[in-house]
Amino acid sequence: MSTAAAETLSLATGHGAGGPAPKRIIVGYGFWIFLLSDVIMFSTLFAAYAVLFKNTAGGPTAEQLFDLRNTAAETVCLLCSTFTCAMASLAVGERSLKWTQLALLATGLLGLAFITLEVREFASLVARGAGPTRSAFLSSFFTLVGCHGAHVTAGLLWLGTMMAQFYAKGFRVDIRHRFLCFSLFWHALDIIWVAIFSLVYLVGTLPRQLLP
Amino acid sequence: MTTEREFEAGSYVGEDRPAGGESPDGERTLGQELRGYALGLALALALTASSFWVRGTDLIYGPGLAVALLVLAVAQMGIHLIYFLHITTAPDNANNVLALAFGVLIVSLIVFGSLWVMEHLNHNMVPMDQLMRMQR
Repeated sequence: MSTAAAETLSLATGHGAGGPAPKRIIVGYGFWIFLLSDVIMFSTLFAAYAVLFKNTAGGPTAEQLFDLRNTAAETVCLLCSTFTCAMASLAVGERSLKWTQLALLATGLLGLAFITLEVREFASLVARGAGPTRSAFLSSFFTLVGCHGAHVTAGLLWLGTMMAQFYAKGFRVDIRHRFLCFSLFWHALDIIWVAIFSLVYLVGTLPRQLLP
Repeated sequence: MTTEREFEAGSYVGEDRPAGGESPDGERTLGQELRGYALGLALALALTASSFWVRGTDLIYGPGLAVALLVLAVAQMGIHLIYFLHITTAPDNANNVLALAFGVLIVSLIVFGSLWVMEHLNHNMVPMDQLMRMQR
Protein backbone atom coordinates (compact mmCIF):
# COMPACT_ATOMS: atom_id res chain seq x y z
CA MET A 1 0.00 0.00 0.00
CA SER A 2 1.32 3.42 -0.86
CA THR A 3 1.83 6.01 1.85
CA ALA A 4 -0.89 8.20 0.39
CA ALA A 5 -3.42 5.37 0.50
CA ALA A 6 -2.47 4.57 4.11
CA GLU A 7 -2.89 8.19 5.05
CA THR A 8 -6.32 8.34 3.40
CA LEU A 9 -7.35 5.26 5.35
CA SER A 10 -6.17 6.65 8.66
CA LEU A 11 -8.02 9.90 7.96
CA ALA A 12 -11.10 7.89 7.05
CA THR A 13 -11.31 6.39 10.54
CA GLY A 14 -14.91 6.66 11.64
CA HIS A 15 -16.15 7.57 8.17
CA GLY A 16 -17.05 4.09 7.02
CA ALA A 17 -13.48 3.10 6.17
CA GLY A 18 -10.38 2.54 8.27
CA GLY A 19 -12.24 1.10 11.25
CA PRO A 20 -14.62 2.39 13.89
CA ALA A 21 -14.51 5.93 15.28
CA PRO A 22 -12.28 6.47 18.35
CA LYS A 23 -13.97 5.79 21.69
CA ARG A 24 -13.73 9.47 22.61
CA ILE A 25 -15.91 10.42 19.62
CA ILE A 26 -18.48 7.76 20.50
CA VAL A 27 -18.59 8.76 24.19
CA GLY A 28 -19.01 12.43 23.23
CA TYR A 29 -21.76 11.59 20.75
CA GLY A 30 -23.71 9.46 23.21
CA PHE A 31 -23.56 12.13 25.88
CA TRP A 32 -24.50 14.79 23.32
CA ILE A 33 -27.70 12.80 22.58
CA PHE A 34 -28.51 12.80 26.32
CA LEU A 35 -27.87 16.55 26.52
CA LEU A 36 -30.20 17.21 23.59
CA SER A 37 -32.95 15.19 25.28
CA ASP A 38 -32.37 17.27 28.40
CA VAL A 39 -32.68 20.44 26.29
CA ILE A 40 -35.98 19.13 24.89
CA MET A 41 -37.23 18.60 28.45
CA PHE A 42 -36.27 22.20 29.26
CA SER A 43 -38.08 23.38 26.11
CA THR A 44 -41.37 21.99 27.49
CA LEU A 45 -40.78 24.01 30.68
CA PHE A 46 -40.03 27.11 28.60
CA ALA A 47 -43.24 26.54 26.62
CA ALA A 48 -45.22 26.20 29.87
CA TYR A 49 -43.67 29.43 31.19
CA ALA A 50 -44.45 31.31 27.96
CA VAL A 51 -48.05 30.09 27.96
CA LEU A 52 -48.68 30.78 31.67
CA PHE A 53 -46.69 34.02 31.81
CA LYS A 54 -49.75 36.32 31.91
CA ASN A 55 -51.74 34.14 34.35
CA THR A 56 -50.71 35.94 37.49
CA ALA A 57 -54.08 35.41 39.25
CA GLY A 58 -54.04 39.00 40.45
CA GLY A 59 -50.65 38.43 42.07
CA PRO A 60 -47.29 40.09 41.42
CA THR A 61 -45.90 40.15 37.86
CA ALA A 62 -42.37 39.43 36.65
CA GLU A 63 -41.77 43.16 36.28
CA GLN A 64 -42.51 43.73 39.98
CA LEU A 65 -40.61 40.72 41.28
CA PHE A 66 -37.27 40.23 39.53
CA ASP A 67 -34.06 42.04 40.44
CA LEU A 68 -31.95 42.21 37.29
CA ARG A 69 -28.73 43.01 39.17
CA ASN A 70 -29.01 39.63 40.87
CA THR A 71 -29.56 37.99 37.46
CA ALA A 72 -26.48 39.76 36.06
CA ALA A 73 -24.35 38.52 38.98
CA GLU A 74 -25.61 34.94 38.48
CA THR A 75 -24.84 35.17 34.75
CA VAL A 76 -21.27 36.36 35.33
CA CYS A 77 -20.68 33.51 37.83
CA LEU A 78 -21.91 30.89 35.38
CA LEU A 79 -20.04 32.33 32.37
CA CYS A 80 -16.77 32.42 34.32
CA SER A 81 -17.33 28.89 35.62
CA THR A 82 -17.80 27.65 32.06
CA PHE A 83 -14.45 29.24 31.20
CA THR A 84 -12.65 27.70 34.19
CA CYS A 85 -14.19 24.33 33.23
CA ALA A 86 -12.65 24.76 29.77
CA MET A 87 -9.35 25.58 31.51
CA ALA A 88 -9.68 22.32 33.46
CA SER A 89 -10.04 20.39 30.20
CA LEU A 90 -6.88 22.05 28.86
CA ALA A 91 -5.09 21.09 32.10
CA VAL A 92 -6.28 17.50 31.70
CA GLY A 93 -4.92 17.57 28.14
CA GLU A 94 -1.58 18.67 29.60
CA ARG A 95 -1.80 16.01 32.35
CA SER A 96 -1.26 18.61 35.07
CA LEU A 97 -2.98 17.44 38.25
CA LYS A 98 -2.36 20.71 40.07
CA TRP A 99 -3.94 22.92 37.39
CA THR A 100 -6.78 20.47 36.81
CA GLN A 101 -7.73 20.53 40.48
CA LEU A 102 -7.33 24.32 40.72
CA ALA A 103 -9.51 24.93 37.65
CA LEU A 104 -12.12 22.45 38.87
CA LEU A 105 -12.10 24.08 42.31
CA ALA A 106 -12.66 27.51 40.73
CA THR A 107 -15.48 26.04 38.61
CA GLY A 108 -17.08 24.55 41.72
CA LEU A 109 -16.80 27.75 43.76
CA LEU A 110 -18.34 29.84 40.96
CA GLY A 111 -21.13 27.26 40.60
CA LEU A 112 -21.68 27.39 44.34
CA ALA A 113 -21.88 31.20 44.19
CA PHE A 114 -24.49 30.88 41.45
CA ILE A 115 -26.59 28.44 43.50
CA THR A 116 -26.30 30.67 46.59
CA LEU A 117 -27.56 33.70 44.64
CA GLU A 118 -30.42 31.66 43.21
CA VAL A 119 -31.48 30.21 46.57
CA ARG A 120 -31.40 33.70 48.10
CA GLU A 121 -33.59 35.00 45.27
CA PHE A 122 -36.09 32.13 45.71
CA ALA A 123 -36.15 32.66 49.49
CA SER A 124 -36.83 36.38 49.10
CA LEU A 125 -39.64 35.67 46.60
CA VAL A 126 -41.28 33.19 48.96
CA ALA A 127 -40.85 35.64 51.86
CA ARG A 128 -42.67 38.29 49.83
CA GLY A 129 -45.62 35.94 49.34
CA ALA A 130 -44.63 35.12 45.75
CA GLY A 131 -43.96 31.42 46.19
CA PRO A 132 -44.72 28.74 43.60
CA THR A 133 -48.28 28.35 44.91
CA ARG A 134 -49.22 31.99 44.35
CA SER A 135 -50.10 31.83 40.63
CA ALA A 136 -49.66 29.73 37.49
CA PHE A 137 -47.00 32.20 36.37
CA LEU A 138 -44.96 31.67 39.54
CA SER A 139 -45.44 27.87 39.42
CA SER A 140 -43.97 27.76 35.93
CA PHE A 141 -41.18 30.17 36.90
CA PHE A 142 -40.08 28.11 39.91
CA THR A 143 -40.31 24.87 37.90
CA LEU A 144 -38.18 26.17 35.03
CA VAL A 145 -35.52 28.05 36.98
CA GLY A 146 -35.54 25.51 39.82
CA CYS A 147 -34.99 22.67 37.36
CA HIS A 148 -31.91 24.46 36.03
CA GLY A 149 -30.73 25.05 39.60
CA ALA A 150 -31.18 21.34 40.35
CA HIS A 151 -29.06 20.51 37.30
CA VAL A 152 -26.30 22.84 38.50
CA THR A 153 -26.43 21.26 41.97
CA ALA A 154 -26.13 17.79 40.43
CA GLY A 155 -23.26 19.14 38.33
CA LEU A 156 -21.49 20.33 41.50
CA LEU A 157 -21.75 16.84 43.03
CA TRP A 158 -20.38 15.37 39.80
CA LEU A 159 -17.57 17.95 39.84
CA GLY A 160 -16.57 16.90 43.37
CA THR A 161 -16.56 13.28 42.24
CA MET A 162 -14.33 14.14 39.28
CA MET A 163 -11.84 15.95 41.55
CA ALA A 164 -11.70 12.92 43.84
CA GLN A 165 -11.26 10.53 40.90
CA PHE A 166 -8.47 12.56 39.32
CA TYR A 167 -6.78 12.63 42.73
CA ALA A 168 -7.17 8.93 43.45
CA LYS A 169 -6.90 7.38 39.99
CA GLY A 170 -4.96 9.90 37.93
CA PHE A 171 -5.51 10.62 34.24
CA ARG A 172 -6.76 7.16 33.29
CA VAL A 173 -8.58 6.99 29.97
CA ASP A 174 -11.97 6.11 31.49
CA ILE A 175 -11.68 8.96 33.99
CA ARG A 176 -10.88 11.34 31.15
CA HIS A 177 -13.98 10.12 29.28
CA ARG A 178 -16.07 10.87 32.38
CA PHE A 179 -14.51 14.30 32.55
CA LEU A 180 -15.35 14.88 28.87
CA CYS A 181 -19.01 14.15 29.69
CA PHE A 182 -18.89 16.43 32.73
CA SER A 183 -17.46 19.34 30.73
CA LEU A 184 -20.13 18.88 28.04
CA PHE A 185 -22.80 18.86 30.77
CA TRP A 186 -21.46 22.02 32.39
CA HIS A 187 -21.21 23.94 29.09
CA ALA A 188 -24.73 22.84 28.10
CA LEU A 189 -26.12 24.14 31.42
CA ASP A 190 -24.68 27.52 30.53
CA ILE A 191 -26.57 27.49 27.23
CA ILE A 192 -29.83 26.78 29.10
CA TRP A 193 -29.03 29.67 31.44
CA VAL A 194 -28.55 32.02 28.45
CA ALA A 195 -32.11 31.21 27.40
CA ILE A 196 -33.36 31.68 30.99
CA PHE A 197 -31.76 35.05 31.67
CA SER A 198 -32.71 36.39 28.22
CA LEU A 199 -36.31 35.22 28.06
CA VAL A 200 -37.45 34.78 31.67
CA TYR A 201 -35.64 37.74 33.20
CA LEU A 202 -34.91 40.31 30.47
CA VAL A 203 -37.91 39.84 28.17
CA GLY A 204 -40.15 38.85 31.10
CA THR A 205 -39.60 42.14 32.92
CA LEU A 206 -40.32 44.36 29.91
CA PRO A 207 -43.33 46.61 30.44
CA ARG A 208 -46.58 44.83 29.51
CA GLN A 209 -47.38 47.04 26.50
CA LEU A 210 -44.01 46.21 24.89
CA LEU A 211 -44.57 42.45 24.95
CA PRO A 212 -45.88 40.66 21.87
CA MET B 1 1.23 -0.24 19.97
CA THR B 2 -1.46 1.99 18.67
CA THR B 3 -0.28 5.14 16.98
CA GLU B 4 -3.53 6.85 17.72
CA ARG B 5 -3.16 9.91 19.84
CA GLU B 6 -4.99 9.59 23.09
CA PHE B 7 -8.05 11.63 23.68
CA GLU B 8 -7.61 15.13 25.07
CA ALA B 9 -10.28 15.73 27.67
CA GLY B 10 -12.96 18.27 26.91
CA SER B 11 -10.96 20.11 24.33
CA TYR B 12 -11.95 19.28 20.79
CA VAL B 13 -15.13 17.46 21.60
CA GLY B 14 -16.02 15.51 18.53
CA GLU B 15 -13.16 16.76 16.43
CA ASP B 16 -10.78 14.12 15.26
CA ARG B 17 -7.10 14.38 15.98
CA PRO B 18 -5.68 11.68 13.76
CA ALA B 19 -2.65 9.50 14.33
CA GLY B 20 0.45 10.96 15.94
CA GLY B 21 -0.94 14.45 16.11
CA GLU B 22 -0.47 14.98 12.39
CA SER B 23 -3.80 16.43 11.48
CA PRO B 24 -4.04 18.01 8.01
CA ASP B 25 -4.07 21.55 9.32
CA GLY B 26 -1.44 20.96 11.96
CA GLU B 27 -1.73 20.33 15.71
CA ARG B 28 -3.37 23.03 17.74
CA THR B 29 -1.07 24.18 20.49
CA LEU B 30 -2.08 24.88 24.07
CA GLY B 31 -1.73 28.60 23.44
CA GLN B 32 -4.09 28.47 20.46
CA GLU B 33 -6.69 26.53 22.42
CA LEU B 34 -6.37 28.95 25.32
CA ARG B 35 -6.87 31.89 22.97
CA GLY B 36 -9.93 30.15 21.51
CA TYR B 37 -11.54 29.78 24.93
CA ALA B 38 -10.62 33.34 25.92
CA LEU B 39 -12.21 34.62 22.71
CA GLY B 40 -15.33 32.55 23.45
CA LEU B 41 -15.55 33.99 26.96
CA ALA B 42 -15.02 37.55 25.68
CA LEU B 43 -17.73 37.17 23.01
CA ALA B 44 -20.15 35.59 25.51
CA LEU B 45 -19.57 38.38 28.05
CA ALA B 46 -19.96 41.03 25.33
CA LEU B 47 -23.26 39.53 24.16
CA THR B 48 -24.50 39.26 27.76
CA ALA B 49 -23.56 42.89 28.38
CA SER B 50 -25.39 43.96 25.20
CA SER B 51 -28.49 42.01 26.29
CA PHE B 52 -28.59 43.82 29.63
CA TRP B 53 -27.83 47.14 27.91
CA VAL B 54 -30.62 46.62 25.34
CA ARG B 55 -33.03 45.82 28.18
CA GLY B 56 -32.33 49.16 29.87
CA THR B 57 -31.99 51.46 26.87
CA ASP B 58 -34.65 53.64 25.29
CA LEU B 59 -32.66 54.01 22.07
CA ILE B 60 -34.42 51.02 20.53
CA TYR B 61 -38.01 50.97 19.32
CA GLY B 62 -39.95 49.53 22.29
CA PRO B 63 -41.95 46.72 20.69
CA GLY B 64 -38.74 45.51 18.98
CA LEU B 65 -36.93 44.95 22.29
CA ALA B 66 -38.20 41.38 22.78
CA VAL B 67 -37.01 40.39 19.30
CA ALA B 68 -33.63 42.06 19.83
CA LEU B 69 -33.16 40.13 23.10
CA LEU B 70 -34.15 36.88 21.39
CA VAL B 71 -31.62 37.46 18.61
CA LEU B 72 -28.84 38.23 21.13
CA ALA B 73 -29.73 35.06 23.07
CA VAL B 74 -29.56 32.88 19.95
CA ALA B 75 -26.24 34.48 18.99
CA GLN B 76 -24.80 33.75 22.43
CA MET B 77 -25.99 30.15 22.30
CA GLY B 78 -24.19 29.84 18.96
CA ILE B 79 -21.00 31.23 20.51
CA HIS B 80 -21.21 28.67 23.34
CA LEU B 81 -21.81 25.82 20.90
CA ILE B 82 -18.82 26.77 18.76
CA TYR B 83 -16.24 27.81 21.35
CA PHE B 84 -17.08 25.62 24.35
CA LEU B 85 -18.93 22.58 22.98
CA HIS B 86 -16.80 22.51 19.79
CA ILE B 87 -19.63 21.84 17.39
CA THR B 88 -17.83 22.34 14.08
CA THR B 89 -18.15 21.44 10.43
CA ALA B 90 -15.37 18.82 10.67
CA PRO B 91 -16.35 15.51 9.09
CA ASP B 92 -16.19 13.68 12.43
CA ASN B 93 -18.69 16.14 13.82
CA ALA B 94 -21.43 15.39 11.27
CA ASN B 95 -23.34 13.15 13.70
CA ASN B 96 -23.29 15.79 16.42
CA VAL B 97 -24.48 18.49 14.01
CA LEU B 98 -27.32 16.30 12.69
CA ALA B 99 -28.42 15.44 16.23
CA LEU B 100 -28.32 19.14 17.10
CA ALA B 101 -30.42 20.01 14.04
CA PHE B 102 -33.02 17.41 15.05
CA GLY B 103 -32.99 18.74 18.61
CA VAL B 104 -33.57 22.28 17.37
CA LEU B 105 -36.49 21.04 15.24
CA ILE B 106 -38.16 19.32 18.22
CA VAL B 107 -37.55 22.30 20.52
CA SER B 108 -39.10 24.75 18.06
CA LEU B 109 -42.07 22.44 17.47
CA ILE B 110 -42.68 22.21 21.22
CA VAL B 111 -42.24 25.91 22.00
CA PHE B 112 -43.91 27.54 18.99
CA GLY B 113 -46.51 24.77 18.70
CA SER B 114 -47.54 25.22 22.34
CA LEU B 115 -47.73 28.99 22.02
CA TRP B 116 -49.74 28.72 18.80
CA VAL B 117 -52.23 26.15 20.11
CA MET B 118 -52.73 27.91 23.46
CA GLU B 119 -53.20 31.29 21.76
CA HIS B 120 -56.02 29.85 19.63
CA LEU B 121 -57.57 28.14 22.64
CA ASN B 122 -57.64 31.45 24.46
CA HIS B 123 -59.29 33.11 21.47
CA ASN B 124 -61.98 30.44 21.16
CA MET B 125 -62.74 30.08 24.84
CA VAL B 126 -65.96 31.39 26.32
CA PRO B 127 -65.10 34.46 28.41
CA MET B 128 -64.84 33.64 32.09
CA ASP B 129 -67.86 35.69 33.27
CA GLN B 130 -70.14 33.99 30.72
CA LEU B 131 -68.80 30.61 31.79
CA MET B 132 -69.67 31.41 35.39
CA ARG B 133 -73.21 32.40 34.36
CA MET B 134 -73.68 29.16 32.43
CA GLN B 135 -72.69 27.10 35.44
CA ARG B 136 -75.28 28.72 37.62
